[in-house]
Amino acid sequence: MIKIQQHDFNAGEEIRKLQNRAANVGAVATFIGLVRNFEGHEPLDKLILEHYPGMTENRLRAILSEAESRWSLLGTQVIHRIGELSVGEQIVFVGVASEHRQDAFQACEFIMDFLKTDAPLWKKVLTKNGEHWVEAKSSDTKAAAKWY
Amino acid sequence: MSLKKSLKSKSLKVIKLLYFASIREALDSQGESLDYGEHCQDISSLLEYLKSRGAPWPTLLGASTPVLVAVNQVIAQNNEPIQDGDEVAFFPPVTGG
Repeated sequence: MIKIQQHDFNAGEEIRKLQNRAANVGAVATFIGLVRNFEGHEPLDKLILEHYPGMTENRLRAILSEAESRWSLLGTQVIHRIGELSVGEQIVFVGVASEHRQDAFQACEFIMDFLKTDAPLWKKVLTKNGEHWVEAKSSDTKAAAKWY
Repeated sequence: MSLKKSLKSKSLKVIKLLYFASIREALDSQGESLDYGEHCQDISSLLEYLKSRGAPWPTLLGASTPVLVAVNQVIAQNNEPIQDGDEVAFFPPVTGG
């Protein structure tokens, strides 16, 4: 399941829901991305997250379906926040339920790697000196490439 | 040329252009409807047409600044054909997560 929303999420609640997806769930792996206090060397005030409504959901759906074809999964959940976020706030939640830990760990990393390179979302950094769009990192492209 | 054929070849193609993130800010627009006629057959010719509009298009689409193009919400290459009613989006490399 995929949610793009402005409001915060309750990670504990999301984990509980994944645990209850099926009686044979034996593992849940999660990733939570947060707003850091520094962007490079600059202290950060806020992040602004923008997305392409429709395409973001479509791409994430395709990533989840690819993960489901590669690993034996019992449930997946992606929540990505948009709008203005302050330091320390949660940005993204990825949760995966499976029978065994390897499937959950690997699928969680896979989903996050492709969310970074394929889902049309953009971050803008606000500091006391001004604002700028975050540039895509080649390390993210490399992280996704390892799954090919 | 038959009347039907000539009407067809002259019919306008209307596509929806969408701009995101730094592209949206540079153009000061979220998007537009474009009647671009028969001279634009694919992404490549659409890009040429947009560049011909003048600043800031030539800079935006210049080789040093990567711009991704999606047709109907799927990333497209320059030879992707464009059809009436298509949604064509322009945006920088993604940075979510």
